[in-house]
Amino acid sequence: MSDIPRENLYGLAAEFADTPSIFHAAEKTHAAGYKWFDCLVPFPVHGLDRAMGVKMTILPILVFFGGLTGLTLACILQVFTNSLEIDLWALVPVVGYQFDVSGKPLLGPAAFVPVAFEMTVLFSALTAVFGTLVLNKLPMLYHPTLKSPKLARATDDRFYLVIESKDPKFVRDDVEAFLQSLNPDSVIELEK
Amino acid sequence: MSSVPVHGVDNTHENPTHRAPLVLNHDDFGSVTRDILKVNESPKPPKSWYLSLAISFGMMSMLGVMIGYLVFTGVGVWGNNNPVAWGYPIVNFVFWVGIGHAGTLISAILFLFRQKWRTAINRFAEAMTIFAVICAGTFPGIHIGRTWLAYWLFPIPNQMDMWPQFRSPLLWDVFAVGTYFTVSLLFWYLGMVPDLATMRDRVTHPIKQLAYGIFSLGWRGSMRHWHRYERAYLLLAALATPLVLSVHSVVSFDFAVSQLPGWHTTIFPPYFVAGAIFSGFAMVMTLAIPARELWGLKDFITMRHLENMCKIILLTGSMVGYAYSMEFFIAWYSGEIYESFTFINRAFGPYGWAYWIMVSCNVITPQIFWFKKARNSIAVMFVASLLVNVGMWFERFVIVVTSLANDFLPSSWGVYEPTYVDVLTFIGSFGLFMTLFLLFIRYLPVLAIAELKAVMPEADPHGHDHDEEESHE
Repeated sequence: MSDIPRENLYGLAAEFADTPSIFHAAEKTHAAGYKWFDCLVPFPVHGLDRAMGVKMTILPILVFFGGLTGLTLACILQVFTNSLEIDLWALVPVVGYQFDVSGKPLLGPAAFVPVAFEMTVLFSALTAVFGTLVLNKLPMLYHPTLKSPKLARATDDRFYLVIESKDPKFVRDDVEAFLQSLNPDSVIELEK
Repeated sequence: MSSVPVHGVDNTHENPTHRAPLVLNHDDFGSVTRDILKVNESPKPPKSWYLSLAISFGMMSMLGVMIGYLVFTGVGVWGNNNPVAWGYPIVNFVFWVGIGHAGTLISAILFLFRQKWRTAINRFAEAMTIFAVICAGTFPGIHIGRTWLAYWLFPIPNQMDMWPQFRSPLLWDVFAVGTYFTVSLLFWYLGMVPDLATMRDRVTHPIKQLAYGIFSLGWRGSMRHWHRYERAYLLLAALATPLVLSVHSVVSFDFAVSQLPGWHTTIFPPYFVAGAIFSGFAMVMTLAIPARELWGLKDFITMRHLENMCKIILLTGSMVGYAYSMEFFIAWYSGEIYESFTFINRAFGPYGWAYWIMVSCNVITPQIFWFKKARNSIAVMFVASLLVNVGMWFERFVIVVTSLANDFLPSSWGVYEPTYVDVLTFIGSFGLFMTLFLLFIRYLPVLAIAELKAVMPEADPHGHDHDEEESHE
């Protein structure tokens, strides 16, 4: 099987029927020194990311700073609009609505807590969701692995290990032999 | 794992040495996909679906007519009057927001507590949350009187140099409910992306392929994606947990921060949160029982799931009962004449009937779930969940109306009577809720397919390794 010319070859995929097989295959692929490989699985297989050598994502750090941004914005918003009177850059006057409610202080930190909390959570959650999408490079409506109908069951009940042709160690025949050595149900060529 | 005995289809056993199976009668992933997506892929939904949709749609249209009448005529069409300025709209707002709480509780808090049974019910509980919050948001929006000025609720610069009052709980509510809706929607959608991809790879109709293709964002099941996805899901759960507790606390501040007897109490935040979870689980049950019967989802929403929900209803119902009695005790113990009068008036005054409906539905009804027989009877559960929904609506009615109608000075007392517009608007909000829910059941993955596969014993990549090790010994 070598129908696709090298420059059009996205990679080779090995198909497995259960989770232990894909887990061991991923361990061996990682140990063999491949860098540009991935597993396509219908659900997160426990520990598979570690077996593949995937580094911990930076998402939690992004979310922390997202939350901090929300907190800061909420404090600025409340203090500026309810109690202060300043000229931004000496140009834009920002006048708060200094409404005296039964003698309560204009700058009442306790009253500002709920909104500050909600804004912190809102910004953290937005960062978590959109951060995941950006880091995963989604939406991506075209992809070689989506193009091949042979991989359609990756979202159903089959498990695939894909080694991409851009891997520095990628030599077609070697990779094919390596994948065959993992005892897959089949090996599939993927066109770019 | 293969040594776990499955006693027929009864997974409600209480043997702590055996983990009860969460998915029954399925031992491969493909059949799970097929059986869940049957709901969406069957060429025609059951007749009852069409019938319910027609009724719900009719009720929703009635809501539209009532809101139109209100906007063109004015809030005088409602029964709201001078002492009772809040009436039905706020009762309905608190009722719907409360129902919305179960979804996030199931998706976030039970996730953090590693309660794996949540996977079968989280998707439609989250959908229910979103639709309930939409219904809830409608009421303050139309209650403000001049609905075309609703944008004054938000901190937007305007020509009058006026800003919202950040020391008012009503504004906290805008932020709390707004954040809650946004985060719930994101949580729901993010969880649905892999399942939408599953549907994308199975549908054949070109329009459906396009629609599911776009909304699944090109998800391809990459483990490198799953890695970040799982982390994001955990973070969202950790963020949504304090959020869900804060939302109903802030709703309770609308009452507790005022100085009215019966409202001005510190027990309100926890009491409201417990009540919200209580009513939300009742609503999940009301929806889950017919859904699993109609679409054959009994292998996924098993008796054990329903039994667990009964236990939560029992727990939160008892917490609500404790709060009712504690309110009474403190009213007496404080020695405050207005406070004591308010509570005596609640139980034995002109709205006493509403109070006793509330107590019998919310405190007495759930006590039946002490008995395993009741926890395993579909009929008992269904009736109890309906009664709890009724009781929780009356709880809000009692709180809102009795405190407002009879406050400090007898000369300013009043009587509240809803008009037909109030009643039809409330019924119409159920139409909105059910219409959205029925459309969701038909067109979106109703259970979290990927998550369900992950809790099956076959998903464990080390299952076979342990067997091998044991056989070597």
